[in-house]
Amino acid sequence: MRAVAEERSRAAFARLFAHFAPRLKAYLMRSGSDEPAAEELVQEAMMIVWRRAESFDPKQASVATWMFTIARNKRIDGYRRNNRPELDPEDPALAPQPEPMQDDQVGVRQTAEAIRDAIAALPEEQAEMLRLAFYEDKAHSEIADQTGLPLGTVKSRLRLAIGKMRGLVDDELR
Amino acid sequence: MSAIAKRKVTVDGGGRGAPPPNHHLPDEVLLDYASGAADEGVSLLVATHLTLCPICRGRAAELDALGGELVESLPPVDLSDDAFAKLLARLDEPVSEPAVAERSGDERSGADGTGDDATLPRVLQRYVGGAVQDIAWQPLGLGVDHVELPVEGGSRAVLLRVPEGRAVPQHTHEGNEYVLVLQGGFSDAHGHFVRGDVEASDESVDHRPVADAGEACICLAVTDGPLKLTSLVGRALNRFVKL
Repeated sequence: MRAVAEERSRAAFARLFAHFAPRLKAYLMRSGSDEPAAEELVQEAMMIVWRRAESFDPKQASVATWMFTIARNKRIDGYRRNNRPELDPEDPALAPQPEPMQDDQVGVRQTAEAIRDAIAALPEEQAEMLRLAFYEDKAHSEIADQTGLPLGTVKSRLRLAIGKMRGLVDDELR
Repeated sequence: MSAIAKRKVTVDGGGRGAPPPNHHLPDEVLLDYASGAADEGVSLLVATHLTLCPICRGRAAELDALGGELVESLPPVDLSDDAFAKLLARLDEPVSEPAVAERSGDERSGADGTGDDATLPRVLQRYVGGAVQDIAWQPLGLGVDHVELPVEGGSRAVLLRVPEGRAVPQHTHEGNEYVLVLQGGFSDAHGHFVRGDVEASDESVDHRPVADAGEACICLAVTDGPLKLTSLVGRALNRFVKL
């Protein structure tokens, strides 16, 4: 990633593409794009990666996370008139962090590993909820419709899954 | 997005040294925002709260990271053979998109007339079309004003202004209602809510919020089902307001 940003290395960009593009395509197809649309969205997402490479900060997010957010936003731009509403990092109204984040001490890499381990350690029904949410672009109300579970059950299962994931991540990083 | 979440900010924020909010977004709503499944109204609510709440920014960043890990762990699907060659060719194209599209959505504000406003975060100003003093309030009854914000999708997003000390008629909702305080505050049976706080209610909640004394309470209310007024006055009002 650094070689892409600083040296504008096309060889490094090719390696990034080889690893991430097929995964982004898999993600986009699961979340409802047909194959040609998924290929085009991958192209557009990777163009953004190339053009904004220097804005990527490895201290703030993993490459996988950054790629995911770019592909997700591209997907939303494709079907909505407005871009995804996001906070403005230069907004004078932005409330400052009250104290240094834990992540200042714990690296993005360790956090990513801890999250991966936590997903593997979650009970299957909870992990499945999270996969439904991310892979299939299901809002929690739609998960309720699809699974036939009451909305309250979906909410509490998602909260349980996320709470458990957080607990596992914190334990591993402590 | 996560890159923003952990950025240290030294500007004098809307918090102005105030403690972070006490009432936060539920995890399932942050998850819908991270996955991209939240519709525009709910996304606007989340982005506005994240501006005012460093705690939820951290939680949202963690869910973005979860999305990154889940996507990276997917079985890859091969692209067409010439996909990378086509991409390289496109990199050489001059950038034809307008400059504004080159920047991420969160950086575009400021280019569209948004600026400093002690009440409305910029992401919300984009929907209002200006600062708080530019809002064309419309009376809703009982001294309460509102303005509907243009969002696509199933949710409705409304800014509400309730006079100081005034009670909103007792009501329940079909679906969920999220109320984010931007100015002033209100209390109901579930607590006291001030700037940055979110109250999430579903159809099981029948409440009667009362605005704090001191100044009008301005809130962003996002509902994914119609509101039902339950008090006697409220039932009469039901015929007139379709909030």
